[in-house]
Amino acid sequence: MSFVDYYKVLEIDKNASEDDVKKAYRKLARKLHPDLNPNDKEANKKFQQINEANEVLSDPEKRKKYNLYGENWEHGAEYEQARKNQSENKNRTYNGGFGEEDYSDFFGSMFGGSGRGTQTKFRGQDYNSELQINLTNAYTTHQQTLLVNGKNVRITIPAGIANAQTIKLKGYGGKGINGGPDGDLFITFNITNDTKFKRINNDLYASVDLPLYTAVLGGEMMVDTIDGKIKLKISPETQNGTKTRIKGKGFPFYKKDGQFGDLYITYSIKIPTQLSEKEKELFAELSKIIH
Amino acid sequence: METQEFIPLNVLCSQYGVEMSFVSSLQQFGLIEIVTVNEAECIPVNQLKETEKLIRLHDELEINLQGIDVVSHMLHRMQEMQNEILMLQNRLLLYEDNE
Repeated sequence: MSFVDYYKVLEIDKNASEDDVKKAYRKLARKLHPDLNPNDKEANKKFQQINEANEVLSDPEKRKKYNLYGENWEHGAEYEQARKNQSENKNRTYNGGFGEEDYSDFFGSMFGGSGRGTQTKFRGQDYNSELQINLTNAYTTHQQTLLVNGKNVRITIPAGIANAQTIKLKGYGGKGINGGPDGDLFITFNITNDTKFKRINNDLYASVDLPLYTAVLGGEMMVDTIDGKIKLKISPETQNGTKTRIKGKGFPFYKKDGQFGDLYITYSIKIPTQLSEKEKELFAELSKIIH
Repeated sequence: METQEFIPLNVLCSQYGVEMSFVSSLQQFGLIEIVTVNEAECIPVNQLKETEKLIRLHDELEINLQGIDVVSHMLHRMQEMQNEILMLQNRLLLYEDNE
């Protein structure tokens, strides 16, 4: 705990008049006001100092006491402590232990809790941040670190978060001033697609190549889902562009455990190329049968 | 509990000790939006924080309306730039994490 020179804080002379104190405070407040310096901790700290200095120097009683003890404030505090003990006022202390960080320890020592309610409380600044994640990561609940106002903040991102969705982390914004509540952190997600699936809400869409023979005769084939492969039954005479729905193989619902969207597969039938002579003959024969 | 979405101007003015004309001027400068609900002029709750800030700028720093208009505009631009810096820093972080 060190001595705070309130005159120096307000950049005024010790003989400054009340009007000078007022002018100096206003001048510095315009420069350091939290509303004009969002996210600037240094400015906010200085603003608290000038508020404290103004509270003392603009009050004749407090200024008198401050001037009287000055740099020997420790003795002044002891004196005041003794005086208060004598008057058996046990409710007030001069040890600065009010559990608030709004005032310096020095102020707490000299003036205790008096006048604490006179300063404006400021809610901390809200922070906005954008976080880029890929679709594979968005599929599962995971943790990620992001930089907010020079600090690394580790957050849990619930599975199923949507592109451009904004989440609010209460109290993760700028610190409140003079006992005001902390601001909030708003994170907007920018999801890049690192998969072959197209996501629409909680459903996924993909196109798979289907061999001609399987399309005609039916059969089975392995297809990719976002969390692995599954075996699909293909009906005989499946047409090009046929769409099939695989229930529950889409994207997880945001903050709804165990609920998933669907996966829609569109078949794209591949005509064989580089046919052998034998194959050509068979196709020719087949066409004669059909026609 | 149902959240109130609008605050009547007379309640706001009495709570913050400001003249109704001041709040109307803020609207004329395009700094806040005033809506009429059940024949009473109100501000939407989501504008309360911004309105409080404008009142503080006026009361505590004695900035006139023209000044508040300029300051608000500059603060808005500053916020946009800070957001952009954060966004770029976080993108950079993503690449650094992948290295």
